[in-house]
Amino acid sequence: MKILVCISNVPDTTSKINFTDGDTKFDTNGVQFVINPNDEFGLTRAMWFKEKQGATVHVANVGGPTTEPTIRKALAIGADEAIRVNAEPTDGFFVAQQLAEVVKNGGYDLVIAGRESIDYNGGMVPGILATLLDMNFVNTCISLEVDGNNATAMREIDGGKEKISTSLPLVIGGQKGLVEESDLRIPNMRGIMMARKKALNVIEPVDAAKATQDAKFEKPAAKGAVKLVDNVDDLINLLHNEAKAI
Amino acid sequence: MSTETIDKEILRGGQFLVKETKCDDVFTLEDLSEEQKMMRDSTKEFVDREIWAHWERFEGKDYAFTAETMRKAGELGLLGIAVPEEYGGMGMGFVSTMLVCDYISGATGSFSTSFGAHTGIGTMPITLYGNEEQKKKYVPKLASGEWLGSYCLTEPGAGSDANSGKTKAVLSDDGKYYSITGQKMWISNAGFCNLLIVFARIEDDKNITGFIVENDPDNGITMGDEEKKLGIHSSSTRQVFFNETKVPVEDMLSERGNGFKIAMNALNVGRIKLAAACLDAQRRVINEAVNYANERIQFKTPIINFGAIKAKIAEMATNTYVGESGSYRAAKNIEDRIAIRVAEGNSHQEAELKGVEEYAIECSILKVAVSEHVQFTSDEGLQIYGGMGYSAEAPMESAWRDSRIGRIYEGTNEINRMLAVGMLVKKAMKGHVDLLGPATAVGEELMGIPSFDAPDFSELFAEEKDLVARLKKVFLMVAGSAVQKFGPELEKHQQLMMAASNILIEVYMAESTILRTEKNAKRFGEESQATQIAMAKLNLYNAVDVILKNGKEAIVSFAEGDEQRIMLMGLKRFTKYTNNPNVVALRTQIADKVAADNGYTFD
Repeated sequence: MKILVCISNVPDTTSKINFTDGDTKFDTNGVQFVINPNDEFGLTRAMWFKEKQGATVHVANVGGPTTEPTIRKALAIGADEAIRVNAEPTDGFFVAQQLAEVVKNGGYDLVIAGRESIDYNGGMVPGILATLLDMNFVNTCISLEVDGNNATAMREIDGGKEKISTSLPLVIGGQKGLVEESDLRIPNMRGIMMARKKALNVIEPVDAAKATQDAKFEKPAAKGAVKLVDNVDDLINLLHNEAKAI
Repeated sequence: MSTETIDKEILRGGQFLVKETKCDDVFTLEDLSEEQKMMRDSTKEFVDREIWAHWERFEGKDYAFTAETMRKAGELGLLGIAVPEEYGGMGMGFVSTMLVCDYISGATGSFSTSFGAHTGIGTMPITLYGNEEQKKKYVPKLASGEWLGSYCLTEPGAGSDANSGKTKAVLSDDGKYYSITGQKMWISNAGFCNLLIVFARIEDDKNITGFIVENDPDNGITMGDEEKKLGIHSSSTRQVFFNETKVPVEDMLSERGNGFKIAMNALNVGRIKLAAACLDAQRRVINEAVNYANERIQFKTPIINFGAIKAKIAEMATNTYVGESGSYRAAKNIEDRIAIRVAEGNSHQEAELKGVEEYAIECSILKVAVSEHVQFTSDEGLQIYGGMGYSAEAPMESAWRDSRIGRIYEGTNEINRMLAVGMLVKKAMKGHVDLLGPATAVGEELMGIPSFDAPDFSELFAEEKDLVARLKKVFLMVAGSAVQKFGPELEKHQQLMMAASNILIEVYMAESTILRTEKNAKRFGEESQATQIAMAKLNLYNAVDVILKNGKEAIVSFAEGDEQRIMLMGLKRFTKYTNNPNVVALRTQIADKVAADNGYTFD
């Protein structure tokens, strides 16, 4: 089985978020970047397939040269090879078109992408990718087993879970549940040293349209002052008359 | 790069005092390779997940958990960073070794002590002095964490005077083994170690001898109870008793009588690594303390807004930055020196030994400086927490207790202060460092008329670098005169040695910090280094104060009359600022940045 794990390079969850250029661009100054957590769950599951079922695991990223430390981390965790499409990941449609090209050329049986990246939370890439490739698709996937050409996946749905039987080739929009947080791997020292010797192929992007444009970013409004009340009657009174919430 | 070229560019140990270093020639934390950054990040992730998350177990004296976590560190490859690849390690350079030592140390002194005892003094004597069979037999097990090691040097009557141990090793009649009998104290990792490096005396030898001893209770090895310690609660520390423990002759380390040398060289490495191991502990204390100060509201405002708190945060951050600057500068010097030795045809083993030995002065300086920084930082961190800081529920109490051991182990700070100056004087006597020429020049300068030209201090650090050059003269003046006066007897004047050492330490740390910051300002822009520039300036200001005080003490202790008067005038001249820095503004600037970042972000 040949697996492609799609990796987004996203700000660490503890980063301070600021915008520049009249609030139209994310300010990357001083921001630490990491593998998108939803992708990391997928990568870790892919490593399981590698170790238990002899799968080959490649990772792909659409981004500039600054994303390479993140890609190298995936290699250090154990991916065999990496591909970087040398382009800014301007929107989900653009990224999906680039990744579709990678999948077509690489002949992958299973494509694991995170269900969304934690920077812009678009959640578009896996779905568009499956459509462009005409592959089976399971989104919000929380477990995945593969047996030969058959795949069994569990999907998170409102108030429950859905079990799906499908077949390869398959695109997964993965998330926590594929593996648990405690399963995530810290790159070991030997892995880090070996990552240096693994292929990180940089390819140029194909012509692709961008479907959206960022008009403006806004931070959530700062929280106002807190009013402390002594009893329930006062609280109800304030909620009803002042906040007009009830 | 030819060996010769490298040689010219790298200062020899102790030469920092008499030669100017260019900022491009110092290695800084900002020079880490992508691979080293990944190693650092992995170490941090390991600490967050496996150590910090279980902080209470470490504080609860869960020794078995320490051993378990050590083995996990082994699985990740963290125990074999410095071990050559042919013995199951990673064969990484000295900087990478320091890096792991640094970032593994943040969460609890218990683990960093256990880690240091195993990877440093527990493993290195074999990698550095062991023969091929010994290395093949023992090192892979130690590098993987399958076995944990410990180091048995100290005895009830032999602490700082390590060569005076009473443990005996008696050769059997058939000449096949030594029988070791004696008592060892304060042995880290004793409770769970598989292997012990033991030092014992054969017959009435002048010097002790090293042995590799497998921990086998059926072979006359008994452990005392766990020591009840102030801090590092789950680092296992016990007495170890040897009663006719049989050790095959082939498990002698190096040669008979070489033990003291092994012990001292293992400690040189241990010293600089201990400095590294005090760094992340400081970062973590700062992060916790500033987070607390940002959230703790008194008088209707977060306490970070009070100048008294800002001053503390600024000094804590500055200490940490200074410690990083010195530690990584020396680490790279050692790494380069090893590379030069290897290129010259030395075995890696020999090269590493000589490389570290070359910078033994810097190792001692760093051990003292950074172990005192971590104590200061954790003490102020506790103070920022106020009453809560005194509670064992909050992280400051254990950080404060854990930090205290740093001044004691790997040679007390007093011993290391003596060593730093003593080794420098010896190097000068042997002609390895020319102290005499520069000291004579300073003497002549004292007798001459000082220049009254107004210097041009418009460039970044121009005044600070000029001042550092003059602070070096203080040391040369004080130590030069003291050596002339007392000769080899100088070592007996311990208070004078301490004062001279304090000057030496401040010079090295201040210069390292300025050079690191200058290098970064040059390549990343002054604006991006504004806080670091402030820290370098604040540290120099503090250093000048220490040097003034210690210089005066030293001069008055041995010089009289005109000589004293001239030297005190020199001291004044050499420590004088043309433009006094506004340290209140500097501290405020530093603290505001740390507060805005809600942590230490300069590494």
